[in-house]
Amino acid sequence: MTIAVNPVQTGEPVFYLADEHPHPEGYSTSLGFWIYLMSDCLIFAILFATFGVLGANYAAGPAPKDLFDLSLVAVNTSMLLLSSITYGFAMLTMQQNKIAQTQMWLLITGLFGAAFIGIELTEFAHMIHEGATPQRSAFLSAFFTLVGTHGLHVSCGLIWLVTLMVQVWRFGLIEANRRRLMCLSMFWHFLDVVWIGVFTFVYLLGVLR
Amino acid sequence: MSPDLLKLIFGRLSIDSLPLHEPILVGTFAVVALGGTTLLGGLTYFRLWGYLWREWFTSVDHKRIGVMYMILGIVMLLRGFADALMMRAQQALAFGGSEGFLPSHHYDQVFTAHGVIMIFFVAMPLVTGLMNFVVPLQIGARDVSFPFLNNFSFWMTVGGAVLVMASLFIGEFARTGWLAYPPLSNIGYSPDVGVDYYIWGLQVAGVGTTLSGINLICTIVKLRCPGMTMMRMPVFTWTSLCTNVLIVASFPVLTVVLALLTLDRYVGTNFFTNDFGGSPMMYVNLIWIWGHPEVYILVLPAFGIFSEVTSTFSGKRLFGYTSMVYATVVITILSYLVWLHHFFTMGSGASVNSFFGITTMIISIPTGAKMFNWLFTMYRGRIRYELPMLWTIAFMLTFVLGGMTGVLLAVPPADFVLHNSLFLIAHFHNVIIGGVVFGAFAGINYWFPKAFGFKLDPFWGKLSFWFWVTGFYMAFMPLYVLGLMGVTRRLRVFDDPSLQIWFVIAAIGAGLVFLGILSMLMQFAVSFLKREQLKDVTGDPWDARTLEWATSSPPPDYNFAFTPVVHDNDAWWDMKKRGYQRPLTGFKPIHMPSSTGTGIILAGFATAMGFGLIWYIWWLAAASFIAMLAVGIGHTFNYHRDFDIPADDVIRAEDARTKLLAGAK
Amino acid sequence: MNTDTHAAHADDHHHDDGHAHGTFSTYMLGFVLSVVLTAIPFWLVMSGTLPSKQITALVIMVFAVVQIVVHMIYFLHMSPKSENGWSMMALIFTIVMVVIALSGSLWVMNHLNSNMMPIHEMTGMK
Repeated sequence: MTIAVNPVQTGEPVFYLADEHPHPEGYSTSLGFWIYLMSDCLIFAILFATFGVLGANYAAGPAPKDLFDLSLVAVNTSMLLLSSITYGFAMLTMQQNKIAQTQMWLLITGLFGAAFIGIELTEFAHMIHEGATPQRSAFLSAFFTLVGTHGLHVSCGLIWLVTLMVQVWRFGLIEANRRRLMCLSMFWHFLDVVWIGVFTFVYLLGVLR
Repeated sequence: MSPDLLKLIFGRLSIDSLPLHEPILVGTFAVVALGGTTLLGGLTYFRLWGYLWREWFTSVDHKRIGVMYMILGIVMLLRGFADALMMRAQQALAFGGSEGFLPSHHYDQVFTAHGVIMIFFVAMPLVTGLMNFVVPLQIGARDVSFPFLNNFSFWMTVGGAVLVMASLFIGEFARTGWLAYPPLSNIGYSPDVGVDYYIWGLQVAGVGTTLSGINLICTIVKLRCPGMTMMRMPVFTWTSLCTNVLIVASFPVLTVVLALLTLDRYVGTNFFTNDFGGSPMMYVNLIWIWGHPEVYILVLPAFGIFSEVTSTFSGKRLFGYTSMVYATVVITILSYLVWLHHFFTMGSGASVNSFFGITTMIISIPTGAKMFNWLFTMYRGRIRYELPMLWTIAFMLTFVLGGMTGVLLAVPPADFVLHNSLFLIAHFHNVIIGGVVFGAFAGINYWFPKAFGFKLDPFWGKLSFWFWVTGFYMAFMPLYVLGLMGVTRRLRVFDDPSLQIWFVIAAIGAGLVFLGILSMLMQFAVSFLKREQLKDVTGDPWDARTLEWATSSPPPDYNFAFTPVVHDNDAWWDMKKRGYQRPLTGFKPIHMPSSTGTGIILAGFATAMGFGLIWYIWWLAAASFIAMLAVGIGHTFNYHRDFDIPADDVIRAEDARTKLLAGAK
Repeated sequence: MNTDTHAAHADDHHHDDGHAHGTFSTYMLGFVLSVVLTAIPFWLVMSGTLPSKQITALVIMVFAVVQIVVHMIYFLHMSPKSENGWSMMALIFTIVMVVIALSGSLWVMNHLNSNMMPIHEMTGMK
């Protein structure tokens, strides 16, 4: 599809492509998915803004210091970081067309993700058990919603991961599946970036307050 | 059956939820039911269901989806305008001890529904529909980037509209005003289903809007035909790009705000409550971070339409193309920096108010630049006063007026006097009707022949135009007066008899607008009947300038038999001037996306889920959610979503056009 | 905006999914950096090494920003070139929006609180 766009070069202006190739499948997908992630980023931004504005309104209830167990958060963070690098390995083995290894790394990523969700749910259950429910104060409402929305995203990522593993198993590492794995990779790493904001602004700064 | 079991099955829904005791609603229901039955019966009688399903509902063709958006917008306009008529009538009557004809709980629903419907289900579909139809044609593409997503987005918008319409006959709508400020919209003060209808209607439609925004950005960025650099894009495509950027960057904010309100109502969190550290003002702050960009989402495409129309009907290249583009981009950015002017009186203090007052005034500069560009385009042009141009001129006059009252309101001390008054109501109707609605009508009259192959009837069009314009001025100029006198918005009854005359004038104005709408429907009907006389075989009835006029009217499924190559801003004008010859041979198969029913099915489940959540019918909500998930995942197992239009079909379509063109000469 | 004159589809023929890929070493480098950048803030807060809370807060925020950049480069493979610069532009635009929404909300709501809330209630809130 080398086409002289500049009419000066050819003399006769060219007004249409006599011989064109359709755009390859998924031509817009990675940009489209990136833009979706940007819109998701704004969802988190607004939740952060809400937490920033309401996060100190304890309503005479428990404060971050009374609730957060930083060592648990550190363990949880490491789960997410490990899942990130294992997803990276999955992408690397995918590029080398090694289906079994790709599947293995995806599975490990999924297990780390599930562990993350498990630890988060344990933390939530513990807090609720102590009376620090989302209804208790605006701070807790904002906390549960922000952290919970991130957790919900990770859970969606897990469902997606399983779906993709089934699809890779059934159809192999075909072009469409590679593209999907790449989108999920962007999604997964994006959630990592959001989590950096969460552990810094919610947990660490919360405990400092 | 035991009450517990009934509650499990029907949630809050019971026979009392049907408004059988309200004669107005029962009457409306009877009319709607009669009309609906006639329509459905007709469709069945003429065996149109299969055709509709195959060719329209499941179509992923951007042109068909665009047309369906327009139909949705016009149908919802009738509903929204019925609300407007009721309000005007109520306010004209409710003087001297009269209570008018609307009880307060009904009146409050009417003004809420009017706002919600007009913004979300009239203005948005009209704007999105035009963008959907025109943008791929203008950039020489075969379809949008994600055709299936486009179909899904449309049906989600319909789903939201269905929920809002359902509230008319099942339960009630919100009584909170169109932005549902808490604490009024919180569970304590609005325990009924109204606010829930509002929330889920907007959430379902909002998903569609966001996705269609992503889709159109990708389309414009990735699918432009060769030669069309950013600075050679038609202005309408530019404004569409900026609008969709605004959609993607602002609708998530609305999604979050409504979700937080939902949590307050359903779970009992304390975001926007008065107790436990919640802050209702945070809701106001957040929803306007979405709300202000929203008005630019609506008006930017209208600016694009006016740019196309002005240069076409003045027979001139658009004056100041580059400044037009930069003005659009500047407006896009600035629209995020002005949201606080919607609540100057909240009490953030002088420094905050002056910052947002100044940014608001600054935004009028790029808008003013655009206005001058249009005027200079017309200057020394050979202006043809066809319908799109008439709407454009009406827009210029009306919008300048609305803009100036807007700058007036941007001055915080003035706003302290005028906020929440009918002056504000007059102002924003002035810019939305004068800008968006007139723009949409200009666009409809301009692109109708492209979509259907015949022009719209000018007689009924002009009648509609004059009714609309005079009606608009009669309806809203009195509101400026009343606002300056201090009359606040959303009042149901009045004591001071000296005000009545202004409300009567406004009601007459609304009546004129009603005649304008009827004339417009007549215009469609008459044009359809006279379609042979109004036929356009050239594909270029207005002697226009941009690429969409290079193909036939209506365009074939594949838009262009060969992807065009562009050398100039006014690509089609350039082609005409330099003796472009339409290719007659060498056609090849064309790769196109296949139709799919997944979009409508998914949106149907989403709507059912919304209905379940509104009425606390948890099993329905859960089941629809699971069904949605299953259908969605199932859809990803379908890897064959495209097909080739055989070369023979392309040859047949193009030969037919060749014959038509030969006959026209 | 991308106003250069090259044809929009100039890169059609060599199939380019517009997305850079990492290598084993870039992934590992990113991982090690992110572990370090996570560990230090946690350690600072949990041990209370720094003299004041304000300084600690400032330092961990800087670490967060650096770590976000690291993730963007090594995991999300952001580069000014991907998608002809559109990815980067979308990101910059989003960052601007996030900054406006966050700082704007905090500014507006703080001013509101200090202007509208009586003194005795302010102390009662905490």
